[in-house]
Amino acid sequence: MIVGEQKPFEQIVKLIERYRRVLVAGCGTCVSVCFAGGEKEAGILASMLRLEAQKNGRPLEVLEQTVKRQCDMEFLEEMTTKVGQVDAVLSIACGCGIQFMAERFQDKIILPGLNTKFIGVTLEQGEWAERCAMCGDCILDRTGGVCPVARCAKRLHNGPCGGSSGGKCEVGKDRDCGWALIVQRLQKLGELERYAEIIPPRNWTTSRDGGQRKVVREDLKEQGRIEPR
Amino acid sequence: MTESTSQHTPFEPRLVAFLCHYCAFAAADMAGSMRLQYPPNVRNIRLPCTGKLDAGHILRAFEEGADGVMIAGCEEGSCHFLKGNLVAKSRVNWVKTLLAKVGLEPERLHMYNLSSAMGPRWAAIVQEHVERVRALGPSPARAPRPAKSEATK
Amino acid sequence: MTEAAAAKKAPKPAAEKTPPPPVVGPVSGLEKLIQSGGFAVTAELGPPKGLDLEAIHKKVGILKGWVDAANVTDNQTAVVRVSSIATAAIMVQQGLEPVMQMVARDRNRIAIQSDMLGATALGIRNVLCLSGDHQTFGSEPGAANVYDVDSIQMLGILKGMRDDAKFAGGTDVEGGRPPLFLGAAWSPDADPAEVRTLRLAKKVRAGAQFVQTQCIFDLAQFKLEMKKAGDMGLLDKLAVLPGIIPLKSAGMAKFMRKNVAGISIPEDVVKRMEGNKDGKEEGTKIAVETIQAVREIPGVRGVHIMAIEWESKVADIVSRAGLKKGPGA
Repeated sequence: MIVGEQKPFEQIVKLIERYRRVLVAGCGTCVSVCFAGGEKEAGILASMLRLEAQKNGRPLEVLEQTVKRQCDMEFLEEMTTKVGQVDAVLSIACGCGIQFMAERFQDKIILPGLNTKFIGVTLEQGEWAERCAMCGDCILDRTGGVCPVARCAKRLHNGPCGGSSGGKCEVGKDRDCGWALIVQRLQKLGELERYAEIIPPRNWTTSRDGGQRKVVREDLKEQGRIEPR
Repeated sequence: MTESTSQHTPFEPRLVAFLCHYCAFAAADMAGSMRLQYPPNVRNIRLPCTGKLDAGHILRAFEEGADGVMIAGCEEGSCHFLKGNLVAKSRVNWVKTLLAKVGLEPERLHMYNLSSAMGPRWAAIVQEHVERVRALGPSPARAPRPAKSEATK
Repeated sequence: MTEAAAAKKAPKPAAEKTPPPPVVGPVSGLEKLIQSGGFAVTAELGPPKGLDLEAIHKKVGILKGWVDAANVTDNQTAVVRVSSIATAAIMVQQGLEPVMQMVARDRNRIAIQSDMLGATALGIRNVLCLSGDHQTFGSEPGAANVYDVDSIQMLGILKGMRDDAKFAGGTDVEGGRPPLFLGAAWSPDADPAEVRTLRLAKKVRAGAQFVQTQCIFDLAQFKLEMKKAGDMGLLDKLAVLPGIIPLKSAGMAKFMRKNVAGISIPEDVVKRMEGNKDGKEEGTKIAVETIQAVREIPGVRGVHIMAIEWESKVADIVSRAGLKKGPGA
C-alpha cells in the first residue's frame, strides 16, 4: 500500500489559515489502512481544526467527507456538493489523490494535508516500512526476493557497501542492511552462487528517470468506451 | 454575560464522562442508590468497554463545549474484554497530545480505573475531576456562545 | 545538395573508422612497480575544505619520495572538499603520483565517464572506484544521492572504455582510450562474512587490478581471507595492498572498534596500546610490525598507509618498516 503520514498539525493550520470554509477530504483506501488519511483521521483532524480555531477566535467552518478512493474520478464525483460549499479542500489522500482532486475541481484550492512516504508493508500495528521503490523493472528474482533499490540506502546492485555492520545499515542502526538480508536469504535458499553474478548497470528509463510514467491497456480502454445499442 | 467572565457566580465546569458498562457505569449506579452526593456537572455516556472509545468522540465532546472529559474503565487486569481498558489508556494519552496541539490543557482529559463495587470512588473521582477542571477555568475552545443573538432577541 | 547532407545520405563505410589503439600497460608508476614485483606504498591525501592550495602542496611535500602514489579522497565522509580530479591534477604537476578516488554517490554514468576522460587528459592514471559514504553523514545531509551505478558497475564501465573502446551506452570511445589502472576497496573484516571474498571476486571480474583494504589489525583473520582469495584464483590478477592505520591511543582503538564498520581490532592490540604511556609510539610500532607481517603473506603487493591528518608519520613508518623508500632511495 501507499503509506502516508499527516503533516504536522501546526503546518496544516498555517495552510488553511486564509480560508473560512474548508473541506477535510479523506481517502478510504491505502492511507486509511495506515491510519493517516481515512474517515477516522479526517474526523479527528476536522475536530482539531475546529477546536484550534474556536480557541483562537478565528471563524472557521470545517466540513468532512471521505470517499472510497481519491485516485478515481467516479469517487471524486461524490464530493462535488461539499467541494462547492468551501473555499479550499484539505486532502489527506496520497499525492495522487490530492492531484486528482485538483484535476477534477479545477477552480478550487486543493491543499495537501498528508506527506506521501513510500510503498510499504505493515510490520506491526503502528509500524510501516518501505519495500518497493517502483523502479519499473523488477529484479527480485536475482536478489532472493529482497529489493536492493528500496532497501539499500545507496541502491547498490552489487552490495553490500563497507558501511554495513552486524546486519544493520550505516544510515541507521534501526534499519536492516538490505544486502545482509539478500545474502541471508540466498544462503537459506542454497542460491549463494547467484550472488557471484554481477548485476550490470540498470536501464533507469523505466523508473522516474525516464519521465512521467503511464500504463496503457488498449483492450480495457476499448471496453470502457462501449455504449449500449 | 457568560459564566467565564462572571465575578459573582463560581465557574461550573461541564464534564462529559465515558463509562464502561461493566464497571464504572455500575459504580455510578451504585453511587446513586447509595444516595452519595457528587457534583451534577457530569454527563455520563455508557460504552460497552472503554476500548470502544474513539479519539473522535473525545474531541467531539470538547468541540461541543465540554470543559473536561473523563474516561472511567475497569481496573487494569479486570477488563471484560481482556485489554480494552489498556487500549483506552494508550488512546487517552495520545489524545492528550492532540489537545496540546490545538492549545488545550491535556489535564482536561483524565482516565480513571475502578470496579463496579466502587460507588463511593465514583463520587470521589467526579469531585476530583470537577475540581481539576474548575481550577483550569472554562475551555478556551468552547463553541462560541449564541449569547449575543440571544441578548438581542 | 550540400556536402554535409551528402555525407549523411551516404555514410562512410565503417571500416574507415579506425578504433583507437589498445592500451598496453603499465600505464602508471604504480602499475609498473607492481608488475615488476616491487612492494608498493600508498598513502592518503585529503583535499582541503576550501582553496587552501598550500595545504595540498604541504602534504605533497611530506609524502613525496616516501610513497609510490597517494590516494586523493573524493569528498570523503561526504564533506565538500576540493575535487579529487583537481587535486590529483595538481599532484601530477608536482610529481606525486595520484590514485584518484571516485565515488558513485555524486555522479551518474555520464559524469563518471566524462570526468574519467578529463582526468586521464590531465595525466591521472590510477583510479579507485568506491560507493562513497552516505551523504547523510556529511556536510550536505539534504543532498540527493545519485547511485546510478555502484562501484562494481563503475569498474566495469571504466574497463569497457579502456579495453573495448566502448562507453556504457554502447557508443564508441573515439580517438584515444583512457589509459587506466583500476582499483577498488576491500573490507576483509566486513559483514556479512559469507561474501567477503565473493564480493572481491566480483570486483576482480569487473576490472579491479588492485585493491586497498580497510585497515588490518587482525592478522589471523586477514591471512584467512587472503587464503580464500588465493584459493579462488583471485590473487594471480590482483594486487592487494592492505590498509595500515597507525593508532594514536587506546581510546582511538576502542572508538574505531566500536564505531567503524569493517574494522576488527583484537583485544591484544588494545592491551598493547593501554600498556604504553606513549600511545603514538606504540601505535607506530604496531603499524611497522603489521607491515612486516603482511609482507610475508602471498598476494600482498604493497601497503596502503592511512595516517589520518597525520601525514607526517608516513615517512617514519616507511623507513622503520625497512621499505627502502625516501629521497635518495
